[in-house]
Amino acid sequence: MNWSWLLPEPVSTFGSEIDSIYYLILVITGAIFVLVEITLVVFMLRYRHREGRRAEYSHGHSTLEVVWTVVPFILVMVIAWMSMSVWLEAKIANQAHVPANALPLRVTAKQFEWNVTYPGLDEKLDTADDYVKRNQLHLPVNRAVRIDLTSEDVIHSFFLPDMRVKQDAVPGMVIGVWVQPTKAGEYTLGCAELCGLGHYRMKGSVTVHEADAFRSWVMEEGAQPPAVETPAPADSAGADIEAASVSPAPDHEQSSQKPATEEEEQA
Amino acid sequence: MNHAATVTASRPMEGMRVYNLKLGMWVFLLSEIMFFSSLIGAYIILRFAHPEQWAEPNVVLNVPLTGFNTFMLICSSVTMVKAFAAIEHGDQAGLRKWLIATIILGASFVSIQVYEYIKLAHHGFVPVTSRYGAEGGPLYGSTFYTMTGFHGAHVTLGVVALIFTTIKAFRGKYSATDYGGVEIMGLYWHFVDLVWIILFTIVYLI
Amino acid sequence: MSTMPLEVGHPSIQHWAEPGHADDRSFIRKYVFSTDHKVIGCQFLILSLTFLLIGGLLAMLIRWQLGWPGTAIPGGAILGEAKAPGGIILPEFYNSLVTMHGTIMIFFAIMPLLVGVFGNWLIPLHVGAADMAFPRLNMMSFWTAVPAGLIMLSSFFVTGGSAAAGWTAYAPLSASPELSGVYMGQKLWCISLIVLGFSSLMGAVNYITTIVNMRAPGMKWMRLPLPIWALFITAILVLLAIPVLTGALILLLFDQTIGTTFFLPKNGGQPLMWQHLFWYFGHPEVYILILPAMGIASEVLSNGARKPVFGYKFMVYAIVAIAFLGWIVWGHHMFQSGMNPLLGATFMTSTMIIAVPSAIKVFNWLGTLYRGDIHFHVPMLNALAFVAMFVIGGLSGVFMASTPVDIYIHDTYFIVAHIHYVLFGGSLFAIFAGIYFWYPKFFGRMMSSTLGKIHFGLTFVFYNMVFFPMHNLGLDGMMRRLYDPNQYEYLAEFQPMNTFISVSALLLGAAQLIFMFNFLWSLKFGKKAPSNPWNANSLEWTLPSPPPHGNFATMPTVYRGPYEYSAPGREEDYWPQNEPPAESGRRATQHEGVHA
Ligand code: HEA
Ligand code: HEA
Ligand code: CUA
Ligand SMILES: [Cu+2]
Repeated sequence: MNWSWLLPEPVSTFGSEIDSIYYLILVITGAIFVLVEITLVVFMLRYRHREGRRAEYSHGHSTLEVVWTVVPFILVMVIAWMSMSVWLEAKIANQAHVPANALPLRVTAKQFEWNVTYPGLDEKLDTADDYVKRNQLHLPVNRAVRIDLTSEDVIHSFFLPDMRVKQDAVPGMVIGVWVQPTKAGEYTLGCAELCGLGHYRMKGSVTVHEADAFRSWVMEEGAQPPAVETPAPADSAGADIEAASVSPAPDHEQSSQKPATEEEEQA
Repeated sequence: MNHAATVTASRPMEGMRVYNLKLGMWVFLLSEIMFFSSLIGAYIILRFAHPEQWAEPNVVLNVPLTGFNTFMLICSSVTMVKAFAAIEHGDQAGLRKWLIATIILGASFVSIQVYEYIKLAHHGFVPVTSRYGAEGGPLYGSTFYTMTGFHGAHVTLGVVALIFTTIKAFRGKYSATDYGGVEIMGLYWHFVDLVWIILFTIVYLI
Repeated sequence: MSTMPLEVGHPSIQHWAEPGHADDRSFIRKYVFSTDHKVIGCQFLILSLTFLLIGGLLAMLIRWQLGWPGTAIPGGAILGEAKAPGGIILPEFYNSLVTMHGTIMIFFAIMPLLVGVFGNWLIPLHVGAADMAFPRLNMMSFWTAVPAGLIMLSSFFVTGGSAAAGWTAYAPLSASPELSGVYMGQKLWCISLIVLGFSSLMGAVNYITTIVNMRAPGMKWMRLPLPIWALFITAILVLLAIPVLTGALILLLFDQTIGTTFFLPKNGGQPLMWQHLFWYFGHPEVYILILPAMGIASEVLSNGARKPVFGYKFMVYAIVAIAFLGWIVWGHHMFQSGMNPLLGATFMTSTMIIAVPSAIKVFNWLGTLYRGDIHFHVPMLNALAFVAMFVIGGLSGVFMASTPVDIYIHDTYFIVAHIHYVLFGGSLFAIFAGIYFWYPKFFGRMMSSTLGKIHFGLTFVFYNMVFFPMHNLGLDGMMRRLYDPNQYEYLAEFQPMNTFISVSALLLGAAQLIFMFNFLWSLKFGKKAPSNPWNANSLEWTLPSPPPHGNFATMPTVYRGPYEYSAPGREEDYWPQNEPPAESGRRATQHEGVHA
């Protein structure tokens, strides 16, 4: 059992910033929590009924009201202010915002798997040397990756716990996600939005390679003809549901939602 | 049964600014506003997302005909006001006359709308795969029928309620001191009228 | 200031409560299709406690699966092959369980308990009226809720099982049977909630009209007991929020049945539109679930501490502020949904601000205890627990309100912890307080205080053992609505904690049997309740327990606020609202003489 309120080690650039906001809130709310609960208990003991005691006849205290209106207001505004920049950095992923050398990927979710399209050696999507991997996310370390996230059927949620990334994948929308891993290793890709009976097993592996290791991985993968493996054996109900899943949204929508214009699309 | 409570609910009593039944109707209409707002909101979102599915005014929908229909509904509000004014002065005959006029206008509104539906459906413009010739897309049809449909249902209910009110009027149930039933009927009717003017503007004209 | 109510209530009072006027109603009219707000309140109580029980049992099944994944529930085979072959819960059934647990608890347990039960019990009595403004409408409100509940329950037994897209029913999953594997169930879910919506609306219209129009002379707005203020504002929220849900549900139903595509990407429908409509209703809804609880807590705390509510006016303003801000924060449920991040930033700000009025309330509750003369009767214990637990739930809300932190904890067990700290720790503890407090008034008998204290102690301990660790699970990245966490290596190591939670949950559920027993046993064998067992001030306590049909024999006149406890220069430490200033020496017990 783990009773600690510490977060697992963050392995992305903004991960540690997000965590610092979390710890700031933890301290503020923790202090308030202790203060309130202790006051409550002290009052309960100190003012419990005893023979001949009579409560003080008072209807309140206006200055106090002002104090405990203003102080919390300032506190929450501080929290909001600190959160703002980190939020925008982590979430806004249009080309203008993410580093120029970012590696483009496409992640398409469907019941109950993650299909990752890699740009191949030319590092451009929609070219001949693209290839698709199911439930395997390979990333280079210390380099920004820009993902076009979408879904073929229902809403899923692209969740990289260790990198503090979470973004719903919405059918009919292409949503930009970006992340820059800071540590090579094996991590997890999960689905965080209820997406049907297979939701609990819709997971993938994440491998963050050293720069050159990633390159060689791309070469050997790119070498083979672009092969999409056959679906992993699923329980019967799951299978026929996958069979029935709808095809990607019509073209005019896809094109109407180029990442560049995604702000409007998302709004 | 608690007679008293129902009586006090329907008759304005002295000292009360707004008697219960009237206040209750006002409150209820607030919730109706929110209901139609949700439909209108959905309409606006979808139309902004996919303008290409909407046709120019008067290409698919028959604006002149519906314009006339709108005019009739507005008239029915006037007759409703007249009915209320009549009973306020205890004019039973006037009350009945104007109520019947309102019913006729309301009923004709519904009939004309049904007629329009039939014609549209005839051209393949139906809630789901709606296309009128080359015009419009599915969202156009489904939003159109949902909004006008729920409004039409409200008018129909209103007409039914009006018929009951009229029957009571013929039974002489209302008087210069007890006209609550007529007044709240009017409130509802004006509301339905108002909603239509908004719907007509955003669905037919814009 | 309006004295209009006098004339309103008057005739009905004459009609029913004249001494010697026999209550000539048949059994059916008295107990089944009754228009008496007190009876309707009790009917709602039976209905919602039954659903609370059902919702709790569903939770036990959820916890069984999470505590001992893939092991057979003892005797679980009765659930049937489609749900749990050999007693082992299937994934699709697990999703149904979670969905129905959330739906039933929110719509059929807590909401009717707070609004249906306490609204009916308290409003006419607290404002000094003979009954609701529209007694028949009131009766219809209850009898509309019943079929809604039955429809919801029936969905368990249709093929494909009940709704399984979460209580939030996100489209496209909820709108496309071929993707969810749920057919009739989801439709019944929509229909049930549409029907329930009408019930809630009828209630809201009644409450607002009654509170505005039927207050006894002297019952100024600022003399209303806080539960009434809370219920008044809540009724307004219900009135404006429910129709939005109804509209959304109708569109969803069309998508499921006649093939429209409002929420389906096919043909350009907008999946996010469902979320906007749902949460535009949904966040006001959660304040519908807490405001009356806050009102009840204020009432009980003041009574237990024998002290006027600290800063009554500010308490009222806070309720209004919360209700108002509740309309502009819905987006905080959609931070990760693909909504424009800039929009998310503004929703974060408004959401943060909502902590302020809540702060005012919490600190005023503490102020009410300060220098009080605290009697720890059972209602008081539950009210104190309400304060202690609501703070935890509220503070966890601030983590999620911070958009960057929410990136990580969204849709994890941190949210589940939050839900239960506000809804169980908050709403349900206040409900327990309210039931223990007003039970004697409406059933004429006291609940056993010994059993009450045992129930409270066990519930408080087990409750925290169940839900506090969920914060940690969430921080370790465990997602919600997860049939079997062990699928994820990094979550498998938390199985012991999940088992610990499940054991505690079973104990928590069992502890509720004490309440159930106490409740039912006291109906018959509890000791007779005096008219004012808690020496409280508001009008209902000047009436016999239970009050006669028509409530007040003579129209009460109100001279002061409801929280005049421990006023100097009085021998007793309470001061009934309708006691004429002149005869300040007299006791409430003598007042009964006048009324009964
Ligand atoms: C009774 C119900 C209730 C109540 C009262 C609240 C109250 C609050 N809720 Fe909660 N919420 C829910 C029920 C409720 N919530 C439910 C059911 C969900 C899940 C829905 C689902 O299934 O997805 C949810 C989800 C939810 C989310 C979405 C999380 C996610 O899905 O990612 C967020 C995000 O902002 C949020 C925030 C808040 C906030 C800021 C408050 C505030 O009102 C809390 C204010 C109170 C305090 C802050 C404590 C007291 C104040 C002080 C002691 C003063 C000092 C404090 C400070 C200075 C910080 N809630
Ligand atoms: C008020 C609301 C409420 C209440 C009281 C509860 C009570 C409980 N909940 Fe609930 N829960 C929700 C609202 C509530 N929950 C919601 C909204 C969700 C989200 C659903 C979703 O994701 O869609 C949720 C989700 C949820 C989950 C997450 C599931 C998942 O995401 O996979 C879990 C898991 O442990 C859980 C457990 C429990 C437990 C163990 C209890 C225990 O406290 C239960 C204890 C037993 C009882 C409270 C019954 C006692 C009965 C009586 C006292 C009546 C007595 C009868 C008479 C007198 C006649 N709940
Ligand atoms: Cu995909 Cu959950
Ligand atoms: Cu919310």
